[in-house]
Amino acid sequence: MMCERCGQRLANVFMTEIINDHKRSVRLCEQCAREIQLESYGFMPQLNLPVFFASLLGNEFNVPSSDLSLADEVNKCKNCGLTEKQFLKNGLLGCGECYNHFYARLEPVLRRVHGTTQHKGKIPGINNDHLKKIKKIEDLKTKLQEAIRKEDFEQATQLRDNIKELERQLEPEGG
Amino acid sequence: MAVKDMVNNASSCWMGNGPEADVVISSRIRVARNLVNLPFPHLLTPGKGEEVINLIERAVKKESLKEKIGFLELVRLSGLAPLERKILVEKHLISPDLLKDYQKAAVVLRSDEVISLMVNEEDHLRIQCLLPGLQLYEAWKLVDCLDGELEKTLPYAFDKKLGYLTTCPTNVGTGMRASLMVHLPGLVIVNQIKDLITNVTKLGLTVRGLYGEGTEAYGNLFQLSNQVTLGKSEEDIITNLISITREIINQERIARQALFKERREQLEDRIGRAYGILKHAHVISSAEAIRLLSDLRLGIVMEIIKNIPACLVMELILLTRPVFLVKITGKEMSSFIRDVYRAQLIREKLSGAEKI
Repeated sequence: MMCERCGQRLANVFMTEIINDHKRSVRLCEQCAREIQLESYGFMPQLNLPVFFASLLGNEFNVPSSDLSLADEVNKCKNCGLTEKQFLKNGLLGCGECYNHFYARLEPVLRRVHGTTQHKGKIPGINNDHLKKIKKIEDLKTKLQEAIRKEDFEQATQLRDNIKELERQLEPEGG
Repeated sequence: MAVKDMVNNASSCWMGNGPEADVVISSRIRVARNLVNLPFPHLLTPGKGEEVINLIERAVKKESLKEKIGFLELVRLSGLAPLERKILVEKHLISPDLLKDYQKAAVVLRSDEVISLMVNEEDHLRIQCLLPGLQLYEAWKLVDCLDGELEKTLPYAFDKKLGYLTTCPTNVGTGMRASLMVHLPGLVIVNQIKDLITNVTKLGLTVRGLYGEGTEAYGNLFQLSNQVTLGKSEEDIITNLISITREIINQERIARQALFKERREQLEDRIGRAYGILKHAHVISSAEAIRLLSDLRLGIVMEIIKNIPACLVMELILLTRPVFLVKITGKEMSSFIRDVYRAQLIREKLSGAEKI
């Protein structure tokens, strides 16, 4: 049997690691085994985040993380071919298009992990002036809600116009 | 300085002195970016992986980028020796994960090691900036500027709603991880570190020990970073991390002052012993060295020990890691021989610093 890491040399080391009751065994060649030991030396073993995330996903897809045989192997992203099963196993998506393909099931998990699903940071092709404008729009929107609540419609109209103007300025680059 | 030289030199810019250096060792910003229409790295064939490397190589060589950021050198990891690859990890220039599939991975570095890019790690591109002391905004400014230059040539996978699309959905949005390396010996000695970790976690940050296993952090070095990447702007994430860190700095200083006031003899004894052992030991393990170097650093920043610069301590922590010792001596060694070399190296460096 060949080494599972390099696939080039004969495997003669059988390595088993147990992390949080999860057992994983690999067959390695001597060189890879030594490299892995040297690599992991001193680094605190971390709970692998994508895999942990995958188990959260499992709930959403109604597939227990302990038994992936129930996962769908037919349902796959049309762009890169990543299957539902692969996604549930590693917690990694295959391409940007995957976000669209798996969105219905992904959305609740994103909401749970991040508390929201609306990006508020940097946008490519837009310099910092624009970012400031976006922030300004958000501030104005909060003020608008406040004005409506107070029934100050004169101020509300003014604020709404300001927001529209700022949004119009953002459009060409943002599109 | 070429990448080949960097692996021969243990000290990096981030080990210098920055703001709040008595507690904060370094500040790091890392953002994840992916190219549109290409599968993410774990699905890339070696050929496609090379295509990604070529696209990024072309982008970093552009004149307008050089003017703003400086010269960046791209090196394919397959062109480095295994040991050299590991040293880049020890210097925090690349992550251990980049080595997993190094055949299709590359690293881009600026010669001062402040800026580094990982190509085909979990994402196509991870842009990193590492500065000494508390300088997160400064690091973000550099990353933002470089990212802005790169996006002129590289089409990023971006979604209006979800932000930057990343391989693992836990990074989606800003794709940004901001982190600070802090030295908290005072809070460890007064036994408050566990409470602190619990509280900080509740405030949306992750804390982990830099070296060591389980709950024990050798060297009292901790890394603080943001958990959430979606729904907050980069500036908000950084501001939150800084404001919490300022409170931690404050608590750490209070702990140090309390120790100095109420247990001065014990504190000075502990630091003096650490210094003495480091100066005169002939066999020393990695764990013991890091523990004592942490005490020494505390002594230096509290001005109990005056003739040694604090940055030398970080350099020694790094130099005495097993990988570096192998590099310096040029051969694999048994752990006993390593302990002998480590002790010798520390003795030489400390007596060298004292003479200046």
